[in-house]
Amino acid sequence: MLANVGYFTIVLTFIAALHGAAAAAYGSLRRRPDLIESARHAMLLTFPLLSVASGCLIALLVRGDFSIEYVASTTSLAMPTYLKITAWWGGQAGSLLFWSWLMTAFTTAASLRNWDRDREFLPWVIVVGLVTLAFFLSLVVFFENPFARLWMTSGGEQVSALFRPAGATPLFPDDGRGLNPLLRHPGMVIHPPMLYLGFVSFVIPYAFAMAALITRRTDDRWIRITRRWTLVAWLFLSLGLILGGRWAYDVLGWGGYWGWDPVEIAAFMPWLTGTAFLHSVVIQEKRGILKHWNMVLIILTYALVVFGTFLTRSGVLSSVHSFAQSAIGPMFFAFIGLTFVVSLSILISRWPELKGENQLDSMYSREALFTLNNLLFMGILIVCFWGVIFPLISELFTGQKVTVGPTFYERATGPLWAGLLLLMGVAPLSVYGRTSLNNLGRAAWKPAAVSLIVPVAAVALGVRNVAALLGCWLVGLVVAVVVYEFWRGALARRKLHGENLGLALVRLAGRNRRRYGGYIIHLGVVVMALGIIGIELYQTETQGTLARGEQLTLGRYVMTYDALTVFDTADGKNVARAVVTVYKDGRNVGELYPRRDYYYASQQPMTIPGVRSTLEDDFYVLLVDWQPIGTAGATFKVYHNPLVNFVWAGGLIFILGTLVAAWPDREPAGVRARVLARREAVQA
Amino acid sequence: MHSWLRLLLSVGVFVLGLAAMAGSAAAQGTTPTDDEVNAIAKQLYCPVCENIPLDVCPTQACAQWRDTIRLKLSEGWSEQQIKDYFVEQYGARVLATPPAEGLNWLVYVLPPAAFLAGAFLLFRALRSWRQAAAANPAMPVAPAPSDDPYVRRLEEELRREG
Repeated sequence: MLANVGYFTIVLTFIAALHGAAAAAYGSLRRRPDLIESARHAMLLTFPLLSVASGCLIALLVRGDFSIEYVASTTSLAMPTYLKITAWWGGQAGSLLFWSWLMTAFTTAASLRNWDRDREFLPWVIVVGLVTLAFFLSLVVFFENPFARLWMTSGGEQVSALFRPAGATPLFPDDGRGLNPLLRHPGMVIHPPMLYLGFVSFVIPYAFAMAALITRRTDDRWIRITRRWTLVAWLFLSLGLILGGRWAYDVLGWGGYWGWDPVEIAAFMPWLTGTAFLHSVVIQEKRGILKHWNMVLIILTYALVVFGTFLTRSGVLSSVHSFAQSAIGPMFFAFIGLTFVVSLSILISRWPELKGENQLDSMYSREALFTLNNLLFMGILIVCFWGVIFPLISELFTGQKVTVGPTFYERATGPLWAGLLLLMGVAPLSVYGRTSLNNLGRAAWKPAAVSLIVPVAAVALGVRNVAALLGCWLVGLVVAVVVYEFWRGALARRKLHGENLGLALVRLAGRNRRRYGGYIIHLGVVVMALGIIGIELYQTETQGTLARGEQLTLGRYVMTYDALTVFDTADGKNVARAVVTVYKDGRNVGELYPRRDYYYASQQPMTIPGVRSTLEDDFYVLLVDWQPIGTAGATFKVYHNPLVNFVWAGGLIFILGTLVAAWPDREPAGVRARVLARREAVQA
Repeated sequence: MHSWLRLLLSVGVFVLGLAAMAGSAAAQGTTPTDDEVNAIAKQLYCPVCENIPLDVCPTQACAQWRDTIRLKLSEGWSEQQIKDYFVEQYGARVLATPPAEGLNWLVYVLPPAAFLAGAFLLFRALRSWRQAAAANPAMPVAPAPSDDPYVRRLEEELRREG
């Protein structure tokens, strides 16, 4: 019953989405307010309808109704309730429903918030939102039904369908296969929702951009309306990427946090264009230029958002992330192609109307440096995109698949990241409009001189690697510039308002959140950069097979193998757990318990590292292999990861900065009054 | 034959045998360490576990590949010979990056070419905008940031944003 209700609610939502999109488009073109109102109602219906459908699925998951194929394939009796709920996005059909549900939540919020102020945009925002929604729902309705039941045909074949196929009998398995063990980590429980929230919220600025083009309101109003949406999208996408990195570090057992896996890159690409967009729109707001480019960036971001979902969901590029594979690839491919071509066509048709209001006055102005920043982000995007699709191209033309591994990405993007760090140090000191190299030099020399302390200190500490020293200098430069900017701003406020420095700092950030939030984000990035330098350039590793009591040495660390136990657990897995004692410089620093879990139901092994974590470094131990009990030999792989915790600490600072930048402003009284007056006028 | 001569001959044969075994062991080298195996495994990918380097892949098939590397190393094969062996057996996809030949050149050439093209277009656009601005010198040159102008700039921006 619940399954039928869930499926038909999705079908109803699909119909409402199609009707809403068509009515909004036709109503706008023919100036029919009744149709637009009908479209708006249809759109407002989608969220409650999909909430009902999602509620049905969650109830089936929690209840453990294994006659439903999705429930049987993603949950099991032994799973705790919270994991059963997260199975909503743990499989393909459920995650498509989850994506769609988030989409309805965001389009509803966008239109409820902006309806009175942005009446000319909203019908087209509805069109874009509902077309995107209808596409995702069509996948659920026609290809990936999370409510399909399990049946046994008369020929003895197991099939899935909502209704009984002729001659088939229903199947009621006693237990399900359970959620993919890799997905049972707390980081992975939140990682997909964060990424999806990021993906979905980028649809809103894209929808407003399209609305601006179609309605010929090509000034920067659409950017101002969606400024916060973009920051929120970026916040969630960043959070998703950081959590994904933490998950990989804790669960995948390769000693690192980023493996340049195609699906990681798929989530990273919209982040790259989104970041370029966030910088570039500032220039349009301040100087009225780069209007074409901002449109291109947001169109690209939207296409990459769908492409990212496509890569995870289509199984075209199988990778550690491609848990779910099905035949929905061609649908995604067609949708991306169609929306991209249509968006570009609309952009080209409005090209002359997007002419800049100003000229570029200097190669050293802030706007020029921001365009350079965009060029570097695009460079990284090209490397990523090409690396991801080249194996397909190679297979298509030569029949031979190739691997494009981390080495390629690291070498190709390394200099571009260094360039971005340099710009992060220089650009905040530049000014808009007409300026000169002399002016920039005069503003930059003090922090640049201070920043030299960092590489000098690094040399004194024994660092000799040129890349590391360059990285340290760039990190020092960015920190010096950020501190300098905060300092100058606080001093200025103290001079003008007589505030003490602490208060001046808080008010400075509070009254210009985007700018000072941006500086905090820069700080987060360079702290992360320190961690990346540490692990990329100074990670060491060793592996050895030890008998009990034997030792393995790595740098200043010694590890002794003490014991190993193998046992079954109540939740259906076999655990091999080693006990090792770690010594640093001869001092006992504690025990670690690396283990290997084997899930009987899914026949999947999972390596859980034992990690001793400090700000300075991580000592990361993996249990690779072990002999049957009695001979007492076990093989361990050990990594020394210097500064890796700077990656997570930098991530936290980064998120804090984004929160500062995206925090809602109090609406000035004048604006509030105007909105209220307009609302009353409309109602009258 | 005298018994002492027989004894001498036996000892001689035994010593020669030992020498031969030692020579053969020396030619094959000592048993490779896990780190030596992993140094090569790190650069290889098995066709099944895509995107997981061989040195960290937990599957049984990959453990067998690592055993093969160990065997080849103990037989005195070089790193390049071992990589060539796997390429010959399973194709170029086992390598971490495509070999720079044929169509694969595109992997390495296209991104820098696209980046340079982008940089060239950007530079041309910036220059043409600047020339247009120079022809219309309406705007005053911004003064160098110093304390007082900064205060003005800061306050002006704070007002605009606030």
